[in-house]
Amino acid sequence: MYSEKVMDHFRNPRNVGEIPDADGVGTVGNPVCGDMMSIYIKVKDDRIVDIKFKTFGCGAAIATSSMITELAKGKTLDEALKVTRADVAKELGGLPPVKMHCSNLAADALHEAIKDYRKRRGEG
Amino acid sequence: MDYGAASPVDPRVLEEMMPYFSDSFGNPASLHSYAFEAQRAMERARGQVASLIGAEPGEIVFTSCATESNNLALIGAALRYRSRGSGVVVSNIEHISILNICKELSKQGFEIRYVPVDRDGIIRLDRLEALVDDETVLVSIMAANGEIGTVQPIREAAEVAHEHGALFHTDATAAAGKVPLDVGEVGVDLMTLSSNDLYGPKGVGALYVRKGLRVKPLMIGGGQENGMRSGSENIPGIVGMGKAAEFAKKEMKSEAERLTRLRDRLIKGITEEIPASYLNGHPKRRLPNNANIRFSYIEGEALILSLDELGIQVSSGSACAAKTLEPSHVLLAIGLKHEEAHGSLVFTLGKGNREEHVEYVIRQMPGVVRRLRSMSPLTPEELR
Repeated sequence: MYSEKVMDHFRNPRNVGEIPDADGVGTVGNPVCGDMMSIYIKVKDDRIVDIKFKTFGCGAAIATSSMITELAKGKTLDEALKVTRADVAKELGGLPPVKMHCSNLAADALHEAIKDYRKRRGEG
Repeated sequence: MDYGAASPVDPRVLEEMMPYFSDSFGNPASLHSYAFEAQRAMERARGQVASLIGAEPGEIVFTSCATESNNLALIGAALRYRSRGSGVVVSNIEHISILNICKELSKQGFEIRYVPVDRDGIIRLDRLEALVDDETVLVSIMAANGEIGTVQPIREAAEVAHEHGALFHTDATAAAGKVPLDVGEVGVDLMTLSSNDLYGPKGVGALYVRKGLRVKPLMIGGGQENGMRSGSENIPGIVGMGKAAEFAKKEMKSEAERLTRLRDRLIKGITEEIPASYLNGHPKRRLPNNANIRFSYIEGEALILSLDELGIQVSSGSACAAKTLEPSHVLLAIGLKHEEAHGSLVFTLGKGNREEHVEYVIRQMPGVVRRLRSMSPLTPEELR
């Protein structure tokens, strides 16, 4: 049901954890629906220098979280804001149709984290 | 440990079926020796299935699966006896086939009432008594729930139905062959049985229809199965179901004792070893092969995938593991919150499971749970 790439990210998720002194945090979803994720970013010179995630959810939710951290790391904030849900799914070799909506929240969480960062700096 | 989803055909059953594919391939409706052979085999199977539940052979109608039996029982009886009333009462933890049939009956003008269950998953008899009245034509309560394992007080439920002149159906798909069932003792009018759940082939089921009752057929044709289910009979399948029922009856007691020991070890091993893990369903009044356990702060599909990697196959009541994206209606009915239902796993033990398999699961579970909890934003500090 899942691509080998999804299973790889599920088995060996990249950048799991929290950043205690994060510059921005984005949390989307909720446990009632079965998927909830938080993305933590560290920003330097308008670039994402560190990123970590924590996710409650299914295999797809964990894999998309892991993938977004790989996609966003090193990008400028404007570049990172252009990463979409579709990009995440594509990089993972596709997701089952039923998972496209409910579990593919990682891009939203990243965007929320960037918004949070800008808000904290008074740019929001 | 997912025997509730599908079971292998017992090799002894398969052997019994084999001649009926190509050698004794007759149609029982014909009038030659091939036909007589098929007919004899079919009637032997009818007797074997009847014997499992204390019925007479003439009370068994073969169908294509338990879902068809449920359709024939509910739609067939409701329509046939509609003049007696238009009320149908079922529990809110019935199999999805029963619940969807009820939606259909509701469209056809029947009033459906749902009996709730308590936190252990046992139907509330007091509520049943309040819901059944003289307008009720049919009451359907499952003999046991395949997901949380609870064995229902169907004898008492049947009494309530009969006091008001209603018919009583029980879906015994999960219970048959696991716990003793006697239609006479329970006072059942209609009972659904599945072949695969007895280690028989898929594609066969049966409906017990008490002598003197009729259900309106859903399949119209040549009048097979006493006019209640037309269509040329699936002889190899029926022979297989018969043999499976014979073994189920013979081996039920010893197998139930063996599985109960394994089940209790599994429940104890997991819930004692893993913090914030709990048994769903009644601790004692449950099927010998069922353990349903929920783990806080993590989600069931991720658990299934992790366990599958370790060679352990289970099911979950999580929305993420379901096509509908809704958590199990059974878990919600016992009062679990959505997030609790998402973290539930169903273990259904079967013939192939041994003590070493249970011990392996008990050894592997803590690591799997710990890994997923370490990733979850919901996990409290002390469990990280």
